[in-house]
Amino acid sequence: MTNNDDLAQNANLEPNPGEKKEMKTQTTPHSLADVASSREIKQPGTKPLGSGLEARGVHAWFGAKHALKDVTLDFAAGTVTALIGPSGCGKSTFLRTLNRMHEFIPTAALAGEVLLGGKDIYAAGTDVTKIRLRIGMVFQKPNPFPSMTIGQNVLSGIKLAQLKVSNTDDLLEECLTRAGLWEEAKDRLNEHASALSGGQQQRLCIARSLAVRPEVLLMDEPCSALDPGSTFRIEQTISELSQTMTIVIVTHNMQQAARVSDYSAFMLSDGGPGELIEVAPTTELFSRPRDKRTEDYVTGRFG
Amino acid sequence: MTDTQIPARIELVTKPRRSDQFFRFVVTTGGMSSLIILGLIFAFLAYRGLGVLRVEGFGFLTNSDWSVVEDENSNIVSQDYGLAAMLVGTILSATIAVLVGVPIAVLSALFLEFYAGRKIRNILIGLIDLMAAFPSILFGLWGFMVLMPSAEYWAKLLNKYFGWIPVFDVPVPFFTRSPFIAGLVLAIMIIPICTSISREVFSQTPLDRIQAAYALGATRFSMIRAVVLPFGRGGIVGGAMLGLGRAMGETVAVYTVLNVVYQVNWQVLFGAGGNIATLIILKFGEADREEINALMAAGLVLFLLTLVVNGVANILVSRLGKVGR
Repeated sequence: MTNNDDLAQNANLEPNPGEKKEMKTQTTPHSLADVASSREIKQPGTKPLGSGLEARGVHAWFGAKHALKDVTLDFAAGTVTALIGPSGCGKSTFLRTLNRMHEFIPTAALAGEVLLGGKDIYAAGTDVTKIRLRIGMVFQKPNPFPSMTIGQNVLSGIKLAQLKVSNTDDLLEECLTRAGLWEEAKDRLNEHASALSGGQQQRLCIARSLAVRPEVLLMDEPCSALDPGSTFRIEQTISELSQTMTIVIVTHNMQQAARVSDYSAFMLSDGGPGELIEVAPTTELFSRPRDKRTEDYVTGRFG
Repeated sequence: MTDTQIPARIELVTKPRRSDQFFRFVVTTGGMSSLIILGLIFAFLAYRGLGVLRVEGFGFLTNSDWSVVEDENSNIVSQDYGLAAMLVGTILSATIAVLVGVPIAVLSALFLEFYAGRKIRNILIGLIDLMAAFPSILFGLWGFMVLMPSAEYWAKLLNKYFGWIPVFDVPVPFFTRSPFIAGLVLAIMIIPICTSISREVFSQTPLDRIQAAYALGATRFSMIRAVVLPFGRGGIVGGAMLGLGRAMGETVAVYTVLNVVYQVNWQVLFGAGGNIATLIILKFGEADREEINALMAAGLVLFLLTLVVNGVANILVSRLGKVGR
């Protein structure tokens, strides 16, 4: 009897060898298309939450240098879009035009429209700070405010934008939970942010941007400074966040694009301004790219 | 088996070349010279002043009489040296200078770094640097002839509405040449150094933190409060302390403005005060040998006072510098 019980327990605890093998093929895929196809494709409009973002004929300049040429790209509400392409192709510049961070660089200029919920964020009389509240941003390097504690960091956006929040404790827990940091940080909310590891700091930065309840989250290579373990956690976080908001992520890592995104946009610069070459559902872009240059890039022939 | 033979250690040294050794000597001489000069000044002041300090004892710091009585044959009958009034006056006017000057300096540093257009910025930076090199006697004259008449009016207002606070009270309504006015002149004189040090630190604020704040919907003001000021705290304090040091040692401008009285006066608006450096310049011309020694002792006190202020500044800067970086 006891033997049988043990067997039954074993059977419950460990998956059979066949299952195990199947899991393995899922976690270490052979091609990007396999990774991408393991995700359920989200169709635009199936998600009720978040606002869509539309870039219409966006050009960007730094002084006389034309950095971005005529990018038209839709980010449907509730989807994750990856911007991929070699260095210097204008991905980050494009991302920064989407929440008006581009203009912090002196001599920066822009043409075109970026519509958030149908309204141009560059229209005259727009309150830029309000735009940035609705379109949050996570940067390449974790950049928590070192003079603040972990808790203060999460709530810093509330203070910076002078928002009113009735229950900050709830908000704190909610944001840290959504960013996947609550369990690790709940007992150290009064410690300084610099006490956290790099990956934790990045999740803290994500929690910080969530606190002001943005509808869109822009991520500029959020994992490039992190180790694989932390990268994995952040990717999990992205998947969970995409349930409730629109995400645009710039990444150099095509595996990552395949893992986290619904749509991928390939950008390229041939020495001149960066251009959008192709945008498609991620599975399609990685398995059946329409453009030769996309194919060369995603198959690793250059870049 | 595990007993591996450890080879003999070789000390790793790079023998500098002759030219390197020579240059090292030149640089060391330069670096040490300021230390040597400062040490020599200290030794000189101590040598001349210690005699007086021994006679006066601790009273040198707590008495405020400074008098030499002579008979008709110019023989010294009695002499009495005390620095209390000057010490209080020095601290008082320097504190006023810092309280007034540092906020102005921090604001102008913020303006230059975050609000001014490039052209205005460059012009203003040049002007402020010029201000640092401006002769102090001109500040003093301007303070005496232009600032004082209006500052007198502010002093009267302060006294009228805040007279209930002891420091703003006056025994008799005599408002000219007060420590308050001297402090204002000093404030103007320390603005350049405070501004350029604060600006220097503000300009080093990491860009990614500034962007993080903006990306959270911060206005420029809230970004400065959340990011720049915490980062620049050490620099602000450092600039303030350097300013304090300069204000305590300033001579000519204070001499022009201040009414030197040998009596401890804490009432900043009342036209009586002192300043160690001013005392020295006031008495030096007609002092005999013994009084000069007393002045040297006063100089020694001033020297030590500035040394303490700078020491405190260094501690504060290093401590504040860590948080927020």
